[in-house]
Amino acid sequence: MAKIVGGIATSHVPAIGRAIARDQQADPYWKPFFDGFAPVHRWLETARPDVVVVFYNDHGLNFFLDKMPTFAVGAAPQYANADEGWGIPQVPPFPGDQDLAWHLIDELIGADFDLTTCQEMVVDHALALPMALLWPDQKWPVRIVPVCINTVQFPLPSARRCHALGEAVGRAVRSWDSDQRVLFLGTGGLSHQLDGERAGFINKDFDLAFMESLVHDPRWATRYSIPELVEKAGTQGVELLMWLATRAALGDAATEVHRNYHIPISNTASGLMVLEPRG
Amino acid sequence: MTMPDIPGTTLFDGACARKGYALNKMCYSFNSRDNRAAFVEDEAGYCARYGLDEAQLAAVRARNVLQLIAAGGNVYYLAKLAGIFGLDVQDLGAQQTGLTKDEFKARLLAAAR
Repeated sequence: MAKIVGGIATSHVPAIGRAIARDQQADPYWKPFFDGFAPVHRWLETARPDVVVVFYNDHGLNFFLDKMPTFAVGAAPQYANADEGWGIPQVPPFPGDQDLAWHLIDELIGADFDLTTCQEMVVDHALALPMALLWPDQKWPVRIVPVCINTVQFPLPSARRCHALGEAVGRAVRSWDSDQRVLFLGTGGLSHQLDGERAGFINKDFDLAFMESLVHDPRWATRYSIPELVEKAGTQGVELLMWLATRAALGDAATEVHRNYHIPISNTASGLMVLEPRG
Repeated sequence: MTMPDIPGTTLFDGACARKGYALNKMCYSFNSRDNRAAFVEDEAGYCARYGLDEAQLAAVRARNVLQLIAAGGNVYYLAKLAGIFGLDVQDLGAQQTGLTKDEFKARLLAAAR
């Protein structure tokens, strides 16, 4: 059966792409953020994933409002990154794992998740930059399966539902008849708000409580409605939904291997966690 | 579904979507470099082709983010319009909060403590 090596959750701020392009990782502004990934690189060398299931949110690259899925799973042979209009350089395309993609689709729809399936898909900074943070040489040693969660058009899927999606993905991977090693990667957050008079909103206390909950009480955030999460974490802080799904995919118990939290990266409180399933 | 009042915050719900569709569709087109160039070349013509209403036209002309949001704009698409003007999210943050960019950045730093 497939082996789940762990889960990583990280911020995906577009400014990271500019910092990488300009080689600014050691600058005083960026160092506290990029240094947080050195232990992740060491961990990846022992974890050796073959496939990464990526929980992320598209920001108006692949999907527009004309057709907006709540949950979309990629089943393409390859995923290109593309121009989003902000001058961030693109990364090399990602190979897709179509075997796992179709197994996930079969299992998730079988578990009554009404998915959109995508056999052609481009992936935005929310997928591309975290992958570049994990593998800075950008020579992807893994295949991916994108799982895209809508955070653009309200109503969003609830935290409870995103947690359930993650659980179902985890179950599906554990039932996959394969000897592949699978990593879950969730991207976005932590607290931030780009729009409105409350632009620049950050909530350190809530972020710290949320990260702590992922270790000891992973259903904690599911008690909040989406508007409550927006109120507590900011309009874009609601991206913690991807962190929830990632944690849920690991199963009931997980151990924390590494954590980093740094304010600010652009307008965002940046977070990073590495977790391993336990038991 | 009624959305609760969160200070300084608009949730992009169905009402916003219906109001802002033309503006958001125009901004989504700015993923393409050719489209961005066409907008710069003839802004009024480009906006007219997408059928922006008066409020949206005024907001685009004013380069004003709060106005664009009030006209139904969704920040993920508006960010592509801002990219054309060479504005980053901290420029947008400063404009929306009435601070200078340095003041806005200082406030973010203060949140670290």
